Amino acid sequence: MTSAVSFKQVSRHFGSVRAVDAVDLDIVPGEFFAMLGPSGSGKTTCLRLIAGFEQPTTGSISIFGERAEGVPPYRRNVNTVFQDYALFPHLNVLDNVAYGLMVKGVGKAERLKAAEEALSLVRLPGYGARRPGQLSGGQRQRVALARALVNQPKVLLLDEPLGALDLKLRENMQEELKSLQKVLGITFVFVTHDQGEALSMADRIAVFNDGKIMQVGTPEDIYQRPNTRFVADFVGSSNVLPPVFVQRYSGQHRWGSLRPESIRVSSAASGDGVAARLVGTNYLGATTRLALDADGLRLHAVVPAGMALPAEGEAVMLTFNRDSLHLMDEPA
Amino acid sequence: MTIAAAQSNPTPAILPGSGGMRGALSDLFWRRPKLLLLLMLLPPLLWLGIVYIGSLFALLLQSFFSIDEFSGLINRQFTLKTYGDLLQAANLDIILRTVTMAALVTLASAIIAFPIAYYAARYARGRWKALFYLGVMLPLWSSYLVKIYAWKLILAKEGILTWLLAKLNLLWLLDGWLSLPVVGGNSLSVSFTGTFIVFVYVWLPFMILPVQAALERVPGNLVEASSDLGASPGQTFRNVLFPLALPGIVAGSIFTFSLTLGDYIIPQIIGTSRLFIGQAVYSQQGTAGNIPLAAAFTVVPIVIMGFYLWGAKRMGAFDAL
Repeated sequence: MTSAVSFKQVSRHFGSVRAVDAVDLDIVPGEFFAMLGPSGSGKTTCLRLIAGFEQPTTGSISIFGERAEGVPPYRRNVNTVFQDYALFPHLNVLDNVAYGLMVKGVGKAERLKAAEEALSLVRLPGYGARRPGQLSGGQRQRVALARALVNQPKVLLLDEPLGALDLKLRENMQEELKSLQKVLGITFVFVTHDQGEALSMADRIAVFNDGKIMQVGTPEDIYQRPNTRFVADFVGSSNVLPPVFVQRYSGQHRWGSLRPESIRVSSAASGDGVAARLVGTNYLGATTRLALDADGLRLHAVVPAGMALPAEGEAVMLTFNRDSLHLMDEPA
Repeated sequence: MTIAAAQSNPTPAILPGSGGMRGALSDLFWRRPKLLLLLMLLPPLLWLGIVYIGSLFALLLQSFFSIDEFSGLINRQFTLKTYGDLLQAANLDIILRTVTMAALVTLASAIIAFPIAYYAARYARGRWKALFYLGVMLPLWSSYLVKIYAWKLILAKEGILTWLLAKLNLLWLLDGWLSLPVVGGNSLSVSFTGTFIVFVYVWLPFMILPVQAALERVPGNLVEASSDLGASPGQTFRNVLFPLALPGIVAGSIFTFSLTLGDYIIPQIIGTSRLFIGQAVYSQQGTAGNIPLAAAFTVVPIVIMGFYLWGAKRMGAFDAL
C-alpha cells in the first residue's frame, strides 16, 4: 500500500541549523497522525515540507506515491489549517471558505453552495456574511477548517490549530476533530507540543526532538513503552530511572521508565520497597502529585485524591509492580 | 521569608504627593485626562481652523466674485460668471491636460512603487531595510528646485541621457519618440514626456512609503494560505496582495495625484509652454490680477480630489483598513 506521505532521509537545513535531520517517515492513508515535540524540534518544518512551503535540502518526499520535491504548494492536493488561522481579512466568511474553489475556477453558485455545506460541517451554518474579525477564536478555527476541507484534500495538515483556544473549547474541538476525521476518512497530520492532545487524538504519534524522530508508535506505545529518556520525560513526565537503580529491580543495566501512577506510596514502617522522603505535594483535583526524594533520586508519584497523605518531610515507602518498570532501548 | 520582609517594609501603602504646582497639575490631569487632551489639541485646532480652513474658505469666497473687464477691479457680488469662464476652451484644455498628467503620473508611480515596496515589506531586513529607507528618503532631503534643474540638464539635448543613448546606438528610439505628436518635442526637457518623468521622480517616495506600510501589515501567512488553497502567484497577487495593499496605493495616489494637480514649478521648468492648473493660478493671480479666476482654478483640484476619494471609497479601497 502506498503511504499518504512518505519521507526518505529528508533533511532541511537553515544555514548551519538542521531543522529536520535525515527523517524517515511513513503516514498511512486515512490515519490521524500527530507530530509531537517541543518548540524548535522540527515538527512544524516537517509539516511545511508536506505543504510545500519548504523544500528539502536533501532526501525525497512523496505524497500518495507521487514525488513532491520542486512541486509548488498550489499544485499539491494538500491543505493546511494554520496556527493563527490566516483567514483573509478583506473577505467575508463564505468567500474565505470558497477561496480554494474560486481560484480553481469553480462557478460562483456552485462554490458558494459547497462553502455553505462546509460551514454546516463545522457547525457554523449561516455565518457566511460575517467578517473574520467579527468571530471568536474558536469560530475562526472552524472557518479555517472549513476552508481547508471544502477542497477535499488528500491530506489535511493542522499546525497547532488548538493552541490559541481556552481549555474547555480545546477539549470540545479535540473531540470534534477526531470524529470529523473518522467521518471524512481524510488523512490528518496534526502538529502539537501538547502531549495530552496527541495521546487523546492520534492513531499514531511521532515524537520529535532536535530535528529527528525519536519514536513512532500508537499512543499506548509511546506512553507505556518510551524508547528513550527524552520520550519518557516529554510524554507525560515519566520517572526516568538510571541504570544503577534499574539493575537492582530487573537485573539489567539499562535506563528505565516508571509512570508516576504506577508508584504506590505507604508509610515507612510497612514492608519492603524503596525508602524515600516526601518533599512536596501538588493538588491537581482528581489526583495529587507527590514529589519524592529516594536517596538523592527525584521521583514523582500520582495518587488519587482523597487518600490519606503523609506530611511533607516524612519518610515513606515506595512500591511498584515489576511489570510496570519499562526498560528503554537507549544505551546506558 | 520574602513575605516577612515585605511586611516589615516601612514604606506607606499610599505615597505622599510630590507637592507644589507640578504635583497638583499631574494629579489633576490624571483625574481628568480629557482636560489634558483639550489643552494639547487647542493650539493645533486653532491653527487648522483659523489659518488653514479659514484661508481656504476665503479662497472659495473669492471664486464667487468676478472681475470688471474694463477697470480690472474685483466686483464683490456673488456670481457664477467666473466658473463659466473656466469652461472656455482654453481653460478647459488646461484642466484636462493637468488631470490627464496627474492620472498618468499616479499610475506610473503605483506600478514602479509596488515592487520596491513589496521587496522592502517582505524581504528587506536589518541593514537592507535601513538602506531602503535611506534610498527612498534621500531625494527628499535635497531641494526640490535643485532636483528639477538637475533633471533639466539630464533631459536636455546635450544631456547625459542623449549621450548614453547615442553610445548604445539607441538614439533612433529617442528621436522616434520625440517625433510623436503631444508627447514629443525638440528634446525631452521641452516635452510632456520630460514633465511626466520628473513628476514621477519627485513624487515616487510619496507612493512607495504608504504602499510599503500597507504591505507590511499583510501577514506573510496569508500569502502562504492563498498558495496552499491552490492559487498561483498571479492569483494570489490579484485576490490577496493587491486588495490588501489597495488602501496604501490609494493613500499614495492622493499624494501623487493632488501634488501633480497643484504643482506649477515642474511644468514651468521642464516641458512645453502650455499651461497646467498651477501655472494658470500663478499667472491669473499675478500678472493678470484676476484673483476670482485664480480662485476658481484652485477649486478644481479640490473638487476632483473629492470625487476621487468618494469613488475610491465606493470601490471598497478602504475596506481592508
